[in-house]
Amino acid sequence: MHRDLKKTLAALGAACVAAAAVLLGCSQDSRAPGDAPKDPRAIADAHLAQWKAKNPDRVDRWVDEEKERHAIQPPADNSALLQGGQGKGHPYGNYSELDLLKWARETEKLVVDGSRVFHSAERLGGTVGVSCDMCHPDAANTHPETYPKFQNQMGRVALLRDMINWCIEHPVRGKALAADDERMRALEAYILAQRKGVPMNYGKH
Amino acid sequence: MRAAPDRSDRRAFLKRASAAAAATAVPGALFTPVRIALGAGEAGGAAFRFAYISDSHLYGRDLNDRFARALLRAVDDVNALDPKPDFVFYGGDLAQLGQEHELDLGARILERLKAPLRIMVGEHDWYLDMGARWQKLFGKPTYSFDHKGVHFVVLNSVIEADFWTRRGMTPMERMLTVAGLDNGVQSPFTVGAPQREWLQKDLEPLSDEAPLVVFSHSPLYKLYKNWNFWTDDAEEVQAILKRFRKATVIHGHTHQLLTHRIGNIHFHGLLSTAWPWPYAPQGVPELTIQMSRPDPFNSNDGCGDGEVCVHADGRLDTIYNLWNRNPITVSRRYLDSGGAEDAPPKPNRASY
Repeated sequence: MHRDLKKTLAALGAACVAAAAVLLGCSQDSRAPGDAPKDPRAIADAHLAQWKAKNPDRVDRWVDEEKERHAIQPPADNSALLQGGQGKGHPYGNYSELDLLKWARETEKLVVDGSRVFHSAERLGGTVGVSCDMCHPDAANTHPETYPKFQNQMGRVALLRDMINWCIEHPVRGKALAADDERMRALEAYILAQRKGVPMNYGKH
Repeated sequence: MRAAPDRSDRRAFLKRASAAAAATAVPGALFTPVRIALGAGEAGGAAFRFAYISDSHLYGRDLNDRFARALLRAVDDVNALDPKPDFVFYGGDLAQLGQEHELDLGARILERLKAPLRIMVGEHDWYLDMGARWQKLFGKPTYSFDHKGVHFVVLNSVIEADFWTRRGMTPMERMLTVAGLDNGVQSPFTVGAPQREWLQKDLEPLSDEAPLVVFSHSPLYKLYKNWNFWTDDAEEVQAILKRFRKATVIHGHTHQLLTHRIGNIHFHGLLSTAWPWPYAPQGVPELTIQMSRPDPFNSNDGCGDGEVCVHADGRLDTIYNLWNRNPITVSRRYLDSGGAEDAPPKPNRASY
């Protein structure tokens, strides 16, 4: 009786798993009881890929598309923070891989959006069809590391954002952006990113 | 013979003297006109001159008239040249987005030139309608002509492999992609096998000593791929030019003073009337004495037009008529000597 019950329950359990598998569409994820569990990341990736394939218009492609058009410097590599016993017992330093992924992705998104604004007269609010890349391909010759510096033509010390606004008002012929305008933040992010590795040298003319 | 204004300075005298000598020369006669050799870079020793204007990137006037005004200024500069140039060469990128109204505006402005016009294609002229309007206005993009013993070749060196069909791009999307200097979706510039074959045949009758000038929008060497300061089949083109002892390439696209030499081939980059490009982070030839960084507060700085003085032996000097600066001459002596002699003045500020 015992053995029969066990067998029945086991069969029932397997049937439940199979049914669940069919319901969820995971026809490939058939495991016999007792198999080692598959990598959860791989399963999640497979589910996400399926969802993306079924919902192409809801997938955010703009980051990849912009990166295909314009070379973007990647953010710093923080993988050293995951090594050794760093942060053990101290919540502030206790980073996980997901933290690093999030920092990199979110930072990159702002920089890539900055590239989009930089290359678009429309998003800059320009009225004469001129965008920043027409004088500054890949943000060349923007030298953000030299600000703050006194700018004769402005009659005051300029920050990078002041020079960005001068360019927006004059060659781009748009309205100056507020410091916390999402476009200004994105532009600064992109310009700073492209100058990665250059030593800071404020005041240099 | 045009009568020069009666000034008593040395230059005017020598002009009249050489004009008189040329007027009495008879081909095949024993008398040989004495060519008065002036100091390096001086105009009087040249066999002839032509002017150049390049890279105007015109918009429709209602959208942005800044570039049209700049081109008008260049036309005025060239019309005011004394002595008058034999012809005016246009280096490509007349329009910004290859639109009919932009090209038509450019054609109308260039009609005001008094000297004959020789014009070349740039990528901004081409990739909206694949050259349909440009060819209707200006004729063939690839051709050659002879002038006073010098053979001139004009190439369409901005041929790009098809990147637009598989992406389902509209013509304007294709044009906007090409118009972005730093847009990596486009393909590298090439001259292409058909044109290289044409070039080989066109140059066949010439001896190795014949003076040769090649006009090309892309530089015909490899400077910086990210900005298409690049010709992908440059080595193949240079191989065709290699045998000529006096070959010069004059190119547009780079909007800056550029000087290079590969073997016996001299390379001169032209200025733009519209805006200056920064120097590339790598690949700038050593011979180039980089202009100092243009003043962002002056929209004319780093822009201009210029002239080319072709010497009697077919070698040439390029004069950069910068609108906000003193003119700079990059002479054949500078290039022949590998930079040892007659160097252009070095600016006291960095190019950044």
